[in-house]
Amino acid sequence: MVRLITHNLLACHAKGCTSNNFPLAFSNVQIEIREAEFNPEFLKNFIPKIEWKALVDTARQLGDTSLPLEQPEMIDDDFLKNLHHVLLETHVEEGVMTCPNCKHEYPISNGIPNMLLAEHEIG
Amino acid sequence: MIPTPDLSHLTSSDYEHVYEPAEDTFLLLDALEEHADELKQMAPLTCLEVGSGSGCVSSFIGQILGSSTLYLCTDINTHACRCTRRTGTQNKVPLEVVHTSFAYPFHARLKHSIDIILFNPPYVPTQMEEMSGAQKLRDIEGSWAGGNDGMQVTNKFLELVDDLLSARGRVYLVALKENNIPEIQTRMANRYKLQSTIVLSRRAGREHLSIICFHR
Repeated sequence: MVRLITHNLLACHAKGCTSNNFPLAFSNVQIEIREAEFNPEFLKNFIPKIEWKALVDTARQLGDTSLPLEQPEMIDDDFLKNLHHVLLETHVEEGVMTCPNCKHEYPISNGIPNMLLAEHEIG
Repeated sequence: MIPTPDLSHLTSSDYEHVYEPAEDTFLLLDALEEHADELKQMAPLTCLEVGSGSGCVSSFIGQILGSSTLYLCTDINTHACRCTRRTGTQNKVPLEVVHTSFAYPFHARLKHSIDIILFNPPYVPTQMEEMSGAQKLRDIEGSWAGGNDGMQVTNKFLELVDDLLSARGRVYLVALKENNIPEIQTRMANRYKLQSTIVLSRRAGREHLSIICFHR
């Protein structure tokens, strides 16, 4: 499964592609929402690892506008519930992720992104 | 006692392409169980398993650490990726599977930020051609064929872990006596200042297996 938490951690790793290689852009996606255990402590601890703009832009592109453009200073329960839903309950099952820099395409099938590169493409 | 993950959904046809959990897998589970209390106390945010195969090991650590940790898994074998995913679902542990070599797509974003790294590598000494051919085929042979000293894939992994491991992080690695464990430990200490201990050792048939735990 490619949940948005994972997508926020994946960058293009093709040979020579070392800048502007994140976030990968989704296209032709099929999304499934699946309930996950709400763990506010995990979310609070994970927030510093998130690239916020990439997450919000990606969520909006997939039709979820529940997150604010700027990371809020006050972290309340409503915010954490929205964040939980976006990060951990939104699954991209099918689709393509494209590198914004080199345009390499990584297909997603049955919730598994194929990020294997051919030998000549490895950096 | 932490139960061994439920693998009843995997069949003999899965095991034609994916390594079936065996003594080496169970030794790794036992090492993680022995460290269960300290692992819980450490409260790792991220756990990465390279070459997750059946998904047994990540599902097991998922039962120890619960929803406070994100579980990332990679495998070069597409059958293994699917099995990992199914095993996660079967055991109610959300495993994030990426079909890739080592952890390359995570290096840019998770530099020095992974708390637990697990690797049960292809450690069996084989002909070099057998090892490189097996890695290209991306099937079951790639789960054990390790080249000359059984270290060809592990050596590559050991060059990458320092870049990913967090300050408080730990690496659990399965190794065979023939892999020259003291040399591995000295090398990692000299090159990366990574200290290590042997958590468990066990003889299983002809194999003398150990679990090495590296930390900063």
